[in-house]
Amino acid sequence: MGIPYSYSFRNLWTRRLTTVLTASGMALVVFVFSATLMLAAGLQKTLVDTGSYDNVIVIRKSATSEVQSGVERLQASIIESQPEVAIGESGQPLLAKELVVLINIPKRGTNKPANVVIRGISARSLLLRPQAKLVEGRMPKPGSAEVVAGKSIAQRFHGGGIGETVRFGMRNWIVVGVFDAGNTGFSSEIWGDVDQLMQAFRRPVYSSVTFKLRDSSRFDEFKTRIEGDPRLTLEAKRETRFYQDQSEMMAKFLRILGLTLTVVFSLGAVIGAMITMYAAVAQRIAEIGTLRALGFQKGSILAAFVLESLFLGLIGGSAGLLFASFLQFITISTMNWQTFAELAFSFTLTFDIAWKSLAFSLVMGFVGGVLPALRAAKMNIVDALRAS
Amino acid sequence: MDPVIPPIVVIKDLNKSYRRGSQIIPVLNNISFDIDDGEFLALMGPSGSGKSTLLNLIAGIDKPDSGAISVGGTDITFLGEAELAQWRSANVGFIFQFYNLIPVLTAFENVELPLLLASLSRKERREHVEMALRMVNLTDRMDHYPGQLSGGQQQRVAIARAVVPDPAILVADEPTGDLDKTSAREILELMERLVHELGKTIIMVTHDPRAAEKAHVVRNLDKGVLNNVHT
Amino acid sequence: MFILKLLIRNALRHKLRTSLTVIGIAIAIVAFGLLRTLVGVWYSGAEHSSASRLVTRNAISLIFPLPLSYKDRIRQIPGVKAVSYGNWFGGIYRDEKNFFANYAVEPASYLDLYPEIVLPAEQKAAFIRDRKGCIVGQKLADLYGWRIGDMITLRGSIFPGQWEFVLRGIYRGAEKSTEERVLLFHWDYLNETMKKTTPRRADQVGFYMIGITTPDLTAEVALKVDGMFRNSLAETLTETERAFHLGFIAMTEAIVVAIQIVSYMVIVIIMIVAANTMAMTARERITEYATMKTLGFGAVHIAVIVFGESIFIAMIGGAIGVLLTFPGARWIETELSQYFPSFSVSPGTVYLDLLAACMIGMVAAVFPTWRGATIRIAEGLRRIG
Repeated sequence: MGIPYSYSFRNLWTRRLTTVLTASGMALVVFVFSATLMLAAGLQKTLVDTGSYDNVIVIRKSATSEVQSGVERLQASIIESQPEVAIGESGQPLLAKELVVLINIPKRGTNKPANVVIRGISARSLLLRPQAKLVEGRMPKPGSAEVVAGKSIAQRFHGGGIGETVRFGMRNWIVVGVFDAGNTGFSSEIWGDVDQLMQAFRRPVYSSVTFKLRDSSRFDEFKTRIEGDPRLTLEAKRETRFYQDQSEMMAKFLRILGLTLTVVFSLGAVIGAMITMYAAVAQRIAEIGTLRALGFQKGSILAAFVLESLFLGLIGGSAGLLFASFLQFITISTMNWQTFAELAFSFTLTFDIAWKSLAFSLVMGFVGGVLPALRAAKMNIVDALRAS
Repeated sequence: MDPVIPPIVVIKDLNKSYRRGSQIIPVLNNISFDIDDGEFLALMGPSGSGKSTLLNLIAGIDKPDSGAISVGGTDITFLGEAELAQWRSANVGFIFQFYNLIPVLTAFENVELPLLLASLSRKERREHVEMALRMVNLTDRMDHYPGQLSGGQQQRVAIARAVVPDPAILVADEPTGDLDKTSAREILELMERLVHELGKTIIMVTHDPRAAEKAHVVRNLDKGVLNNVHT
Repeated sequence: MFILKLLIRNALRHKLRTSLTVIGIAIAIVAFGLLRTLVGVWYSGAEHSSASRLVTRNAISLIFPLPLSYKDRIRQIPGVKAVSYGNWFGGIYRDEKNFFANYAVEPASYLDLYPEIVLPAEQKAAFIRDRKGCIVGQKLADLYGWRIGDMITLRGSIFPGQWEFVLRGIYRGAEKSTEERVLLFHWDYLNETMKKTTPRRADQVGFYMIGITTPDLTAEVALKVDGMFRNSLAETLTETERAFHLGFIAMTEAIVVAIQIVSYMVIVIIMIVAANTMAMTARERITEYATMKTLGFGAVHIAVIVFGESIFIAMIGGAIGVLLTFPGARWIETELSQYFPSFSVSPGTVYLDLLAACMIGMVAAVFPTWRGATIRIAEGLRRIG
């Protein structure tokens, strides 16, 4: 029979201060671990959700973002006539020619300026983006100096709220509505009528053309044809892939940073756990000798101490995860390095991250406890009883 | 009891109780007695009778609830912490059951410890330490660490440490409690020599009847009350 | 000194425990130092930029250009010593991983405005003569093994096509902090090409660089420039180079702040570990402290011994950490050069590291010192036996 697990648990309770300290160290490590994974996941989610798999976005070849890209009117018409473009209920192609530029607007509170995306949309843009829903006000009237703002912009930027005005292109534009596109990048954009905006910014070309595929599997055909055409200097991507690529650099940086930090932190926590467990063993030498003398096997001693260490890890890990889950209330507002545009995203806790964090804490507990536990198990009974 | 030389320890109406949780447990009950200069006193009694408590009070490492203690002419009942510390370093020598040597210091350095609190030069300290170690017959092991010494040897180092400041009294709490028969006998003989050859006063708490045999006076403490049994 | 001897020996008592603690502290200090350096690198662009050069750009945002015709009008403003102009080109060398800054600039005036770009006279002349020429910083040349005369091709992202340049000069930065991972080529080459392919994009510059006669005129000149173009089709925003960089950094501030917070958390974690170690150690030695008190040592003595041991261990960990930070920084500089062109540890960071180690030692010692110093003798002696 093994040593009952209440032995391990009660020992932790008896040396409360040490248990709390060691578990706190591990909690902090798990907190950082989950936080970085949550941050990278939140960023990824924002940008991936921003597209639909069945939508295709066409931009100029080699442009790394819509802002850099230019699609001439003629080229846009050619795209419109392609067979892969889906036709909507009204008989019109489900296609939108859009203009994307950046403007500088100061943030509320800090007053520091950031680059915000202004997207000139056309009639069918909303249909192509079912994630965006108007939650306040109305859409801009054609021909008027009106815009709608994404929820994140309305909250964070001066002039972005309903009824307020944003100034650019030598005109004042009134915000007549606010739309919510969830966690996607669209929530950090301002939308207006594409023709009005092209005039205001004096840009005679579109930035991109987005459309819905009639048959999702025909994407590759479309891509090959368009990119192979010498008249056109364009490239096509699925919308989801396009936005994912845009966060690639940042997501990678966050992941590398996060993982490096976690490795470093976990070394610290494991060392803490080892010190604690070695001391625990040293303090209980006589006890261990007694247990062995009573007839418990070496394996049971080993198991009891490893279990104690695992408990320690689990307590720390659960606490860390709990605190990390509160991060979900925080939204990060920063500039995406690849597009130079404002991006707001939050920490996202997924089930994957949760179980990985707990597993990680158990691993830390195990690594910290296994060597001391081995020492306890291998002790010579007589020596152990003699020491007091 | 020689009336010309006053007693070295005078205790009057001593009371002490301990608090355990919400209960108050009385330990010493109106104790009064004297200890003569050069006396070898054994305090005996059943477990929990308050012997160690009484010893601690005489040695100035605990304070009574009421009553008075005076050692070597000094009333220590109401001295402050700092003053007591200073007083102890010059006036009391301790011998513990588990030796209580500092493991990272050599035998020499352990004996030197109390002298670091006096204003002596390095050379003077060295002389005193060597003398004390000679007294306990351990000069050849001066540079050994406690871990390298047997129980009996460690206790001898402890005794050297206790006598080196030439204190007024020596207090010993179960000095032979952790020793085998031979070592115990050696230690008790050593303590006897300290009393007979150097005129030291020793107050010893003990369970060991052989230890009690060596003492001049044996007092019994039971439920906080003192009785007398002469040797 | 006796106390020093005692606390060193005490520290060495449990070799395993002390080594683990020292390793833990060393790791924490390395992480802390590298993270602080990371934050420093982030801001370094701003710190080393000039407060007496001005940048003028389109007020709407960076992606909108300014007309070439503005140049002469800016030149007229009193206080303006020199004007240069250029475009952020954003060309890609081979693939996106090889990121470095590349600009099309007006060569003669630009180099005059940037004395920190040190170029041998004949290379400078060769560059100015050859419209398809380019110059690169030493670090960039070393990275890709480029030599004078080599042909370098960039794939344009903002200005499409394959662009070929001939390397005419390799410059060194006058100071250690001068950016050497930059490629500069002729603005005329860009403009002539645009005139042929996309005429509507010709004669447009991305930014103007303005040199001032005396530094105290910066604010005045900036206001004058912006005032001159207010209510025109391309309104300008003029600020010092430093303010411009800081503005950029502010946009990614959230991440930097997060990294700073994390760097402090590292220290906190290891503080907890160290505190735990000291607490356990002190608990084990209570009897010894009580014994010393019986001998007459005071609370202060005990406090110094405990405190000293903690600081001693922490400073050793700190010293090792500082030493390991340098190779760590070199590794980052080489392996992660895509993100961090230069990653060197400043003396300020080293001081901060040692200070952090000291704090770790102090905080870890607080509770055990208090315990050891205030332990009542009778209680302490009762612990064993």
